[in-house]
Amino acid sequence: MPQPGEPNIVAMAGFVIFIALSLGITWVAARRTRNTRDFYAAGGSVTALQNGLALAGDYMSAASFLGIAGLVALSGFDGLIYSIGFLVGWPVVVCLIAEPLRNLGRFTFSDVVAFRLQQAPVRVAAAAGSLAVVAFYLIAQMVGAGNLIRLLFGLDYEVAVAIVGIVMLAYVLFGGMIATTWVQIVKAVLLLSGAFMLAMMVLARFSFNPLALFAAASSEYGTAVLAPGRLVSDPVDAISLGLALMFGTAGLPHILMRFYTVPDGRTARVSVAYATAIIGVFYLLTFILGFGAMVLVGQPAIRAVDAGGNMAAPLLAEAVGGQAFLGFIAAVAFATILAVVAGLTLAGAAALSHDVWVHVFRHGDASEREQMRVARGSTILLAVFSIVLGIAFKGQNVAYMVGLAFAIAASANFPALIMSMFWQGFTTRGAQASILFGTAATLALIYMSPTIQVDLLHRESAWFPYRNPGLFTIPLSFAIGIVVSKLFPEPAAVQGFARLEQQIHFGEP
Amino acid sequence: MTDTQARLSRLSAARWRLAVILTAAMTVIYVGFILLVAFNKPLLATVLVPGLSLGILLGVLVIVSAWVLIMIYVRWTNANYDAAVADIHRDHREGR
Repeated sequence: MPQPGEPNIVAMAGFVIFIALSLGITWVAARRTRNTRDFYAAGGSVTALQNGLALAGDYMSAASFLGIAGLVALSGFDGLIYSIGFLVGWPVVVCLIAEPLRNLGRFTFSDVVAFRLQQAPVRVAAAAGSLAVVAFYLIAQMVGAGNLIRLLFGLDYEVAVAIVGIVMLAYVLFGGMIATTWVQIVKAVLLLSGAFMLAMMVLARFSFNPLALFAAASSEYGTAVLAPGRLVSDPVDAISLGLALMFGTAGLPHILMRFYTVPDGRTARVSVAYATAIIGVFYLLTFILGFGAMVLVGQPAIRAVDAGGNMAAPLLAEAVGGQAFLGFIAAVAFATILAVVAGLTLAGAAALSHDVWVHVFRHGDASEREQMRVARGSTILLAVFSIVLGIAFKGQNVAYMVGLAFAIAASANFPALIMSMFWQGFTTRGAQASILFGTAATLALIYMSPTIQVDLLHRESAWFPYRNPGLFTIPLSFAIGIVVSKLFPEPAAVQGFARLEQQIHFGEP
Repeated sequence: MTDTQARLSRLSAARWRLAVILTAAMTVIYVGFILLVAFNKPLLATVLVPGLSLGILLGVLVIVSAWVLIMIYVRWTNANYDAAVADIHRDHREGR
């Protein structure tokens, strides 16, 4: 394993090849990106399998590849609890969200919430919810990217963050959703085949029997590695985290946006089935990689390189496939980061330009030219923002930010989305109150939780005893949306429901 | 128009019912698994055959259950819902 500052030739070559390939894709995509529909929704012409792969590519972050493999390698079974949490949100997405969203909106999930409500006030609130999720998710990814690339390629943290920001900017700025989609597809295929090859090389040493691998792990480290450990110590906190992961997936703006890239509701639905199959297989493979690293690399060697275990998968690649395979896996991890940040940036740019600029400042009346200019301006703004914050948060523990992003998505975006589509009595004031409460309450409770008060600020105790607020904020957001809607009835919104129900099923007229 | 609306509302209710049942099923399975992890660690630590604990088996089954629930939804909608919507849509257009 190369130490920081000791670059690997194959990793560098893989990294250069991936950047060249993805910029080639961007060049082709740029020539096909003529209007806002191309820029935000790839012209609505993505197939179910393509979108399934792209959804998987948008969702599987470097944290889930390297982080979960590391967690399994160091604590066994507990890593599986995490993988499961990241998968169980998808049935919710397909059952409640994918098709209605596709049929009701054009570019953002705010399109759906604002469908029969007053455009400007709802969109400001929904854009705030989206941008909060995007910002925290993006910071977590950028800081993770800086650390990872430093470990994998020996580049300086700041250089790594800048490279990720600039390359991602190139994809989104010139190639829009078409380039982003293809980068995500290539990444999903690379990540899945990389994990698959690595898992096969591990299993080859255990006569292709995963149980033999687990048995080897338990004879070396004790049967405790096959049993729940300390990860779930407080059941309230565990369920709270679980609910945020489950319903947060259905409120992530960059995931929701992908449903506008397919032609119709049926394709949206089938694409989720593909995505879930791919993501599920990937998590099962990661579980094998984690145990493989535990047995073949050994826990002390993994901890020696990175105390958090993040280098378990790359170390395993080196142990079973040598320097060349390590380089390949490192390049895959890099591709993984880029595909996720590109999707996030595009979703943030859509909230800023499509929701705030076009529908709030211009009241829905802006020329295509102007919309494209504002969309690209927002993209540049977000890229600069992510590079600056990525560098500002250097050395900080930002792992909680992904949980925070999921908690805001579940508490602010998900309730408003569900009520706007399925409850006739939902009103503009109700939507505003629910989204703003969900965002503010999640931020406040996380700030008052032990994660910030004890771990970061080193106070004695925290005002709010739980690390995850979802169990409280999700039902409260629903309740506030209902109460405020009842207090401020809106006849026009009720009348619009018949049109909404028709379009949910028939699609755009 | 009212006929279209009534038929759509019925279909909407049928899909909503299935969606809620499947979502509830996923929630129960997942929360149940987390509760077992929280309250009965020794049970999950039971080794069934060398290398396979009950916890790992159940964990994999939770992932499989997510696939199964999605398959149920996709098969029902592909087989019934799509045709029903197309029916109502055709009658709606001809009625105009």
